[in-house]
This record gives sequence, C-alpha cells and structure tokens, in this order.
Amino acid sequence: MEKRFGTVRALAGVDLDVAEGELLTILGPSGSGKTTLLKVVAGFEVPDEGTVRLGATDVTVAPPRARDVGMVFQNYALFPHLTVARNIAFPLEMRRVPRDEIARRVREVLELVELPHHAERLPRQLSGGQQQRVALARAIVFNPRLLLLDEPFGALDRKLREQMQLEVRRLQRRLKLTTLFITHDQEEALILSDRIAVMEAGRIAQLGTPDELYARPATRFVADFLGESNLIEGAWQGGAAVVPGFGPVPLPAPGTDGAPALLLLRPEALRIGAEAQSLPLRAEGRVVESVFLGVSEKFRVALDGGPELLARLPLRPSQPSPAREGDRVALGFAPEDLHVVRG
Amino acid sequence: MPPGRLLLGLVAGLVFAFLMLPLLVVFPISVSSASYLQFPPPGFSWQWYERYLSDPVWMAATWRSVKVAALATLMAVLMGVPLAFALARTRLRALRLLDRFVAAPVILPTIVLSIAIYGLFARLQLIGEWYGIAIAHAVLALPFVVILVGAALRDFDPAQEQAAMGLGATWWQAAWRVTLPQLRPSLVAASFLAFVSSFDELVVAMFLSGAAMTLPKKMFDNIMLEIDPTIAAVSVLQILLVGVCLGLVSVFGRGALTRSLGGK
Repeated sequence: MEKRFGTVRALAGVDLDVAEGELLTILGPSGSGKTTLLKVVAGFEVPDEGTVRLGATDVTVAPPRARDVGMVFQNYALFPHLTVARNIAFPLEMRRVPRDEIARRVREVLELVELPHHAERLPRQLSGGQQQRVALARAIVFNPRLLLLDEPFGALDRKLREQMQLEVRRLQRRLKLTTLFITHDQEEALILSDRIAVMEAGRIAQLGTPDELYARPATRFVADFLGESNLIEGAWQGGAAVVPGFGPVPLPAPGTDGAPALLLLRPEALRIGAEAQSLPLRAEGRVVESVFLGVSEKFRVALDGGPELLARLPLRPSQPSPAREGDRVALGFAPEDLHVVRG
Repeated sequence: MPPGRLLLGLVAGLVFAFLMLPLLVVFPISVSSASYLQFPPPGFSWQWYERYLSDPVWMAATWRSVKVAALATLMAVLMGVPLAFALARTRLRALRLLDRFVAAPVILPTIVLSIAIYGLFARLQLIGEWYGIAIAHAVLALPFVVILVGAALRDFDPAQEQAAMGLGATWWQAAWRVTLPQLRPSLVAASFLAFVSSFDELVVAMFLSGAAMTLPKKMFDNIMLEIDPTIAAVSVLQILLVGVCLGLVSVFGRGALTRSLGGK
C-alpha cells in the first residue's frame, strides 16, 4: 500500500495480513505512518496505491460505515450528550437493528465489559477506565469483522493502563476478535500482541511474534525500539564475530572476514561479578552508574578499552547488590545470547 | 477588599447604572396618568397599556413583527448552520476567504443595505410584504448564526464525527445525531440574537414595510406624529419579552451567549 501527502510518503509500500482472531500490533514512533495506515484501514483515507480487503471483500474505496470495522479512538470519542447505553446502541441503531434486540445486546456487552449498572450514566460521570470500557463495548457490540484500537491506553495512568491491557487481551482472546492495535509503546505491544509489525518511515521494518522481535531484531531500528539494548559494532574474523572487549565468538553463519557486524546483547544477557566467572566470554570494566529498580538493578559498565554496556540483573531480597558505582567488575555472557543484527 | 477589585466593582456599577437609568424613566412613564411624556408622572394608570393592547394598528404591527422575526430567524438558521459547517470544515482556500466576509451585513451601513434591498425588492414587488422584510432581516441576522455556530464547530472534536461514521453513520447522520445536539447552546443563542435583531430593526423596515408596519416602524411613527406614553408601555413590554427570551436562552443555551459575546 502507498499513501502520499504532497511529497511525503506516509506509507511507502506496506503489505500486511491480519489473521482471523489475531491481535496484530502496528508499533512505531510518531511519524512512522501508523496513523495513516489506521485511517486507510478505517476508511478515512484512500490509499494512492494498493487495496484494503476485509475477508474477500475489497473495501479500498468503501466509506467507513460500509466496512464493518469497530474502532476505539485515542480519547475514546464517546458522545458526551448520550448515555452509556445510547452510545453503545449507536452502531446498532445505524444498522437498523430492532429496538428490543438493541436493548438485549447493549445489556450483554455491558456485562462483558463489567459495567452492567452504568447504562444510564453520561460519559463524563465515568472514570477514565470506565470510559474506555464503554468505548470498547461500542466498538464490538455490532460484531465487526475487525477491531481497531488507536492508542487506547494513552490517557490512563500506569496502574490502570496495565490492568486494562490485560483485560482487553482476555476479552480479545475470548471473543476471538480480529484486532489491529496501533501504538508507539513497545511495552504495551509486547504485552498484548500475537504479532507485531514495527513501522519505520512508512515501511514495515519487521513483522513477527513479540519474542522473535525481541530476541532477533532484523534492523538496528527494531533492536533499539523494542526494549533496552547494547548494540555493538563488531567485525568478522576467522568465522567468528569479534566483540570488542570480549574477543571472538564463533557463530554458526559467519560473514566474510573483515566485514563489520552489528551485534545485539540484551542487558539481561550480561552477568556481573561471581556469576560472570563461569561464563565463556568475559571482560573487565568499571561500574559507571547503577540504578535500583526493585525487581532488578541496572548497571552501566565501561569496559577496559571497549564500549559502555548496560547490564540488568534480577534482584532477590536476601541477596546484596553485586556491585556499586565505581567498583571494578567482571562482565560475562553466553555466546548463544549474542544476536547478529546485521553482518 | 483590594483597591483593584474595589475599582472594578465601581466601574461595573457605573456602567450598570448608565445602562439601567433609562429604564427607571421608561417604567414610570408607561404607567403615567398624563397624556404626554412627562417625568416624574403625576399619577398612576394602566391606560397606555390598555390603549396599546386594544389598538388594532399596534396589535397588527406587533403580530407582524413577531412573524417577521420568526421567519427571519428560521431562514438565518437554515442558511447559517450549513454555511458555518462548510466554513469550519473546508480545506478550500476560496471558502476560507469567504469566512472573512461573513460579517459583511453587520459592517455595511444599514442604510446602504436598505437602499440596495429596496431597489431589488421593488422590482420583485416584495415591498409591503411581511416576508420581504423577513428575507432582508435574515441577511442581517446571518452573521450571528455563522459566527456563533462556527465558533462552536471549531471547538468541536472532529473525532466524534469520525467515530460516528466509523460506527455506521453517514456524514448526515453523524452531523444530525452527534454534532448538532452538542451545538445546541450556540444554536439557541444564535437564534435569540437573530430574533431580537429582527424584532428591533427599524431602518430596513422603514424602506420595505410600506403600509404594512412592523412594531419598530409603528413606534417611530408614534414618536413622529403623536408622542404619548403608549410608546413607553410598548417599550416596557418589549424589554420584558427580550428578558424572558434571555432567561430561556440561559436555561437552554447553557452560557453559549455569554461565552461567545465575552470572546471565550
């Protein structure tokens, strides 16, 4: 699919297939084209090239109302002058569903989102989380072919957001809703998705399951965008990737000698101190900074004659922190935890 | 109380007095027992109210003004609301320019407008017809509707309309069921301004009414020809009418009038 605004290519060749019952996330920073993609799918924009199909139906130029797509907007876009029940009834009324059936389905969906006693309230009388449930109920009450979620958790505080994310996921799995979820929040994407498409500059940089993307990112951008990462500029030599400070790591599919290699070491792949001693790949360095995070501790370590690396260690209440700022420590990792991004 | 607030209160009080003092004269005169405009009135009597209410010429003029104002309001709303939508939503440069000219009927001297309309309506044989005046008043009232409703539309979140369309509504259904109900305060306020501007309008009515007088024209003639306290009684009734309308607006318009008149 292609979409241009003037000279800007908002979508520069996107090809995407959402499977039945799947939750697919479009993850990308602002300006990556994810909102344009959403608008094209919802029917608010028409692509310059390419087609949008829902099942076997071509809906590329169909107006939004003819698409059978339920959408939850960023700030919910609930109708403030209508009660919760009337908000949820709206898509059914537009489809000329008989009155008593509307009443029944509104009741059912309110049960589903656990707001059975709020039918006669106005949206402004609800909390943020409740408003979101209403928006979700309104989007699914007419059994749409596709559910679109446009950054739906942005307006919630952290705790509520996590709760709502899990709730949405349970509901989506239970009802087998085919869902396209748009977000810039990588953590959210990892929690919710069956698959993630990472977008960069109007293209899909990588498409895969959350663990695939996290463990084996295909580009520097994906590695950087998903989670925390140590991206190391190494080189190939004699069938092994040379990691500065650590030495050569033999890998199954090496590049040509002398070629550069971009290597990824997730912070949790690194071990510090005594734990590092048993690992085959080790280096010495000095702790530049340590941050206590409760469940774990994060260290920034400057290797002797090498790069600065980020290490994250799980903490146990009974165990003291393995190092403090300024300490000299050993750093180690297992070769199978090293991922070659490009090389 | 800090001196700043004191000064503000003083100024506000002075302005209020300045605006209200004429009423203090008009009310007593309207119940005067004298047969000419005299202040303070020598005695009390309802005679001028009775004279007004029993005079078929006054009554006909009043009824005509109500009809004219109602029709003018209706036309101004029916033209103004779609225009406000077009101006607020358009991406066309030409329509944006038109936005600047919406207030033209208010800016143009009424006398110039009246002469122009007179020339046109004379040819169309609309002089002396009440709906001719209503059409002219609709033009004068149009800016109120476009400006008030337009301001409300620009504040309105377009995601609401998108949501409605995404949920299965046509654009018309979305506008009718989602947008317009939320614009109601502005619509009420705009209708009120349109109605009052027509009900009170003299210059255009002088040119167009011919023998079929509107209330302001009749009041004007009364002052020119006989000067008796009937005019005071009519004024009091008119003030009461506007007051009642304003009360209704503040109930159904929820502050849109004060908001738009106060700038924000």
